[in-house]
Amino acid sequence: MARVKLATVWLGGCSGCHMSFLDLDEWLFDLAAQVDFVYSPFMDVKAYPEGVDVVLVEGAIANEDHLDMIHKVRARSRLLISFGDCAVTGNVTALRNPLGSEESVLYRSYIEAVDLHGQVPQAPGIVPPLLKRVTPVHAVVPVDIYLPGCPPPADRIRAVLEPLLIGETPHLEGQQIKFG
Amino acid sequence: MFFIVDKWVVVMAQRIVIDPVTRIEGHAKITIYLDDTGQVTDARFHVTEFRGFEKFCEGRPLWEMPGITSRICGICPVSHLLASAKAGDRILAVTIPPAAVRLRRLMNLAQIIQSHALSFFYLSAPDLLLGMDSDPQTRNVFGLMAAAPELARGGIRLRQFGQEIIERLGGRKIHPSWAVPGGVREPLSEEGRTRICDRIPEARTTALNALGQFKQLLQTHEREAQTFGNFPSLFMGLVTPDGLWEHYDGFLRFVDSAGNIVSDRLDPTRYQDFIGEAVESDSYLKSPYYRPLGYPDQSDHCRLDSGIYRVGPLARLNICTQIGTPLADQELREFRDRGNGTVTSSFFYHYARLIEILAAIEKIEQTMDDPDLLSTRLRADAGINQLEGIGVSEAPRGTLFHHYRVDENGLMQKVNLVIATGQNNLAMNRTVAQIARHFIHGSDIPEGMLNRVEAGIRAFDPCLSCSTHAAGQMPLHVQLVSAEGTLLNETWRD
Repeated sequence: MARVKLATVWLGGCSGCHMSFLDLDEWLFDLAAQVDFVYSPFMDVKAYPEGVDVVLVEGAIANEDHLDMIHKVRARSRLLISFGDCAVTGNVTALRNPLGSEESVLYRSYIEAVDLHGQVPQAPGIVPPLLKRVTPVHAVVPVDIYLPGCPPPADRIRAVLEPLLIGETPHLEGQQIKFG
Repeated sequence: MFFIVDKWVVVMAQRIVIDPVTRIEGHAKITIYLDDTGQVTDARFHVTEFRGFEKFCEGRPLWEMPGITSRICGICPVSHLLASAKAGDRILAVTIPPAAVRLRRLMNLAQIIQSHALSFFYLSAPDLLLGMDSDPQTRNVFGLMAAAPELARGGIRLRQFGQEIIERLGGRKIHPSWAVPGGVREPLSEEGRTRICDRIPEARTTALNALGQFKQLLQTHEREAQTFGNFPSLFMGLVTPDGLWEHYDGFLRFVDSAGNIVSDRLDPTRYQDFIGEAVESDSYLKSPYYRPLGYPDQSDHCRLDSGIYRVGPLARLNICTQIGTPLADQELREFRDRGNGTVTSSFFYHYARLIEILAAIEKIEQTMDDPDLLSTRLRADAGINQLEGIGVSEAPRGTLFHHYRVDENGLMQKVNLVIATGQNNLAMNRTVAQIARHFIHGSDIPEGMLNRVEAGIRAFDPCLSCSTHAAGQMPLHVQLVSAEGTLLNETWRD
């Protein structure tokens, strides 16, 4: 069997899921022996590559950059895992949704709570506009596997990755499917 | 539409966008502007993520705030947990039990270790050990694991040491809901203390080895040390009432690049008297400045007496008289010798970070014999006794402020968060411009030179999830733009 091409992507979230991935600690040596890491915030690859086997997507879809990225990720990956509660439900990133639109959060941070140059950042092509509503990943593209937790603890991440490395489908149950 | 104000379109010019900046904790881009002769005119650092905690926390109970605001950041959730709980202590108007203070301090020290270990071993060591110009495909922690497995393993285990202390106290490594207004929820067990003690010698050895290796690297990175954000600025952080290194309490101090104390014994809860916040249109990251000296506008970025200040490890080592532990103080003396007193090069953030890891390990060791450490009296119970509270602590990246106003039922009315990384925003912008001017000449730019611009940002270890209370993805993108703003040429590189 060919080595699994593994990617990790960070969208609208706190990076706690990626930190939990690093909590795999020394098992990362075993993982690195079995997969090719092809894209991740921990790496200097700037473009999401073609032909990714497995991708862990952390975070919700909150701005236009996320939207572009998730379509690219879906098109170029065989198996997409919603990685953590923000990707699965929107979670904390989506707490702004009941406010109706992105305007009030921007106004509060960049106009009200400011001493100088109050303005909403909007340099075209540089600062991506926020979406009106934050959504989980599966509201935008199909998702193959859900890995819940805020963040999912390292043993749960391992429980999903290990079967994938030998070509099997992971199955989480009991405590492993808890949110929060 | 392009107007004359856009310098880079007035003359035939190029704009280079590094997107995304990688191996940092967040989402960001860098733009480098070149004139028609290929000389760098400016460079800007942009943060592209925003989530809006200051607004959507309004109306929520005070008691939820530590749990919610720790979700601002998965790298330093403990900082938000503690600043939030401290703001809550004020609103309850209580003095928390001594054991709760000890344990909160212990958790904060553990976080400094794990977060600094992440920055050094996982994110920046690939630049420093494999080389700024090494193959970008392997210039990462996995490449480091292959090329220098023992160093990588030591770094992984050092981060694990910090994470395990957090887990032993709070029940989980990331986002523990443990500190609360009034104290903490759970004690440290005897078994937990034993386990922490057992791992201290290994952690200390790893930190000392890394310091030894870094000092050797200073010889091969002389140019980087001189040009990575090396300029005068103010430095700010907490110190003890005696002026020693501090991470959880105390007073704020500002010093200048000559080591003069600019202001001292500032009550951190009066931060609004001396810290202002500005917004730039090209970043979701705000730009705090030292209010008495004013905001440095684009035109006078080089004005030496402007309100630019730096926070975090470099600042904390510059503002304190000493650390208060033997090994770290010995390292601090050498650090100051190498940097000629007050250290102005941002490249030395790495060095400062390693010294702080050592300091945190020594301070944890000192704590282990504290008679209060295993106490179960951990929480003061009270209701809402004040309608406003400000909590301040030193996050790994610098001073963090949580400012809450509540109603009589303890529901949040106003939330203001001043985050460590934001306070380095002006300095990070100046850093990318300095590196770009030094290393980039003409439009044929080797990848390693662009990587240096990114590495300048990595030195600050910015946490962009935090800094926009939140933190792009494309290849390197170079555009050639005419005076009229027409795109003449465009190249993409992976």
